[in-house]
Amino acid sequence: MRTAFVEALVEVARTDPRVWLLTGDLGFSVLEPFAERFPERYVNVGVAEQNMVGIASGLAMAGKVVFTYSIANFATLRCLEQIRNDACYHDLPVKVVAVGAGLTYGSLGYTHHGLEDIPIMRALPRLAVIAPGDPVEAALAVRELVRWPGPAYLRLGKAGEPVVHRDGLAELPASKLILVREGRGPAILATGSMLPTAVDAANQLAGLGVDTAVYSVPWLKPFDAAAVATLARKHSLIHTLEEGQRSGGLGGLVAETPGGASAPRARLVRGGLDDLCLHEVVSQKAGREANGLGVEAIVEALRKGS
Amino acid sequence: MIPNSSVPASNPSAVARSIRKSLLRMVHHANASHVGGGLSIADVLAHLYGGVLRVDPSRPNDPERDRLILSKGHTAAALYATLAERGFFPSEWLDHYGEEHSPLTGHTNHLVPGVDASTGALGHGLSLGCGIALAMQRDRRPARAFVVLSDGELDEGSTWEAALFAGHHQLEGLIAIVDYNQIQSFGNVCEILDLEPLADKWRAFRWQVVEIDGHDHDQIAGALARLPAKAGSPTVILARTVKGKGVSFMEGELLWHYRSPDGAQLERALRELDDSP
Ligand SMILES: [Mg+2]
Repeated sequence: MRTAFVEALVEVARTDPRVWLLTGDLGFSVLEPFAERFPERYVNVGVAEQNMVGIASGLAMAGKVVFTYSIANFATLRCLEQIRNDACYHDLPVKVVAVGAGLTYGSLGYTHHGLEDIPIMRALPRLAVIAPGDPVEAALAVRELVRWPGPAYLRLGKAGEPVVHRDGLAELPASKLILVREGRGPAILATGSMLPTAVDAANQLAGLGVDTAVYSVPWLKPFDAAAVATLARKHSLIHTLEEGQRSGGLGGLVAETPGGASAPRARLVRGGLDDLCLHEVVSQKAGREANGLGVEAIVEALRKGS
Repeated sequence: MIPNSSVPASNPSAVARSIRKSLLRMVHHANASHVGGGLSIADVLAHLYGGVLRVDPSRPNDPERDRLILSKGHTAAALYATLAERGFFPSEWLDHYGEEHSPLTGHTNHLVPGVDASTGALGHGLSLGCGIALAMQRDRRPARAFVVLSDGELDEGSTWEAALFAGHHQLEGLIAIVDYNQIQSFGNVCEILDLEPLADKWRAFRWQVVEIDGHDHDQIAGALARLPAKAGSPTVILARTVKGKGVSFMEGELLWHYRSPDGAQLERALRELDDSP
């Protein structure tokens, strides 16, 4: 997704001279294509995330559309008040980009686990929140973010995630869920890089006679609550999937949706993490599996529940 | 570029007195705090808006204007009084400072004509100024970014992140002005968290330092007339000021960071200002 992101950013910057990129000294061997092509619109501000968002806001006050880039918590929590006061309150086109969502950097330790960003970011006013499910969505998200007039948060994984939308996607319209797989039984709503896992689970469930729909939910804010309410009438069970704190995350969003939690038909199962404080080396795969986010656990939950 | 045309006729000293009187009436009326820090920066604001800043009150959002970010946002009332004085909005607005639904909030509000940024959380303003100055530098546009800082907010690490950045990137269009009134929320700066040697700190961050008496009109005018103080460097003006300046019983008194003058105190303060030279 990192590669798709930077390629898409170079592409939009080619025709839109307002587009800038700032990094907090991260993104070695990722950001070079932008830096080399647009040195006048690129700055490595050093390891100083508060200053990075303040500078991005100042640049935006002077007419620029500014992407900031760092790892999970550094991009978001370290400079939370700058995002809130400087970018959001002034309604500026500052686009915060975090890589290493969830347990992407599981083995690096707790400081590098990006777990609470969705609940926290979506609590901020005016800030769009997007977590693309694959590189195709990530590239489209960049274009959407440049079009989006105000501040935004883009949550990315790492490099090398599988492509889910093999036939491509035309667009990633604001708030819209994307139907990835039709199904009449339960429905999986996956955000971010849980999407490939959702598709794998649905494929296995098909073999077990459980016809499972899969939706990608790249937009967490604005969020299409009406679409979710419709799904809750249509499907027997809704299983949300996110690699992060589920309270206030996608699971929370669906539960908050009128008709989402107490629909005429659907039960809600919220897959995600709860106050996870790991103290050992845990790979992304093992971390997911230990917390109900592996394919087997999802298949089991849906087979039993539907 | 905005011509430096519509300079107010009155002299800076008269403008500063007028700002102080408006400020005192406002905080009295609203029963608001932070009057001391407003009085300490009034002279500098009078000069900035009295012809230094390339701004046009009829076009407050002109993209080529100079910006002023009052990073010490708690003294918004002094800025509002200055902007009204300069004609950005009618002086009558000041009468409603702090009232329900007034746009004149206790900390700066960027929806008020002439206010370039909403501040109030300390340590944000210098980074905003860096961003504006960087955009102008890269675009080769002449607009400058002025940032007014309190001494208390120099405790914030983010201020020094921005200082480091500005020095490295040689942002000569960035001008910081420190209202060095030596008092912060709980008492004397030198006792709470000493900033000295302050000029050396800025120099070490590659800023050109200008030290002035922040109430001496000749010194203020002199410092603001020669910007940048050194080509290729950001400029910081360390303005030594007195909290509560101009009102004898407020000068140097921590209490007036919090208190609002009652009717009798207001009358006395206004009389003192009228009688001052
Ligand atoms: Mg002070």
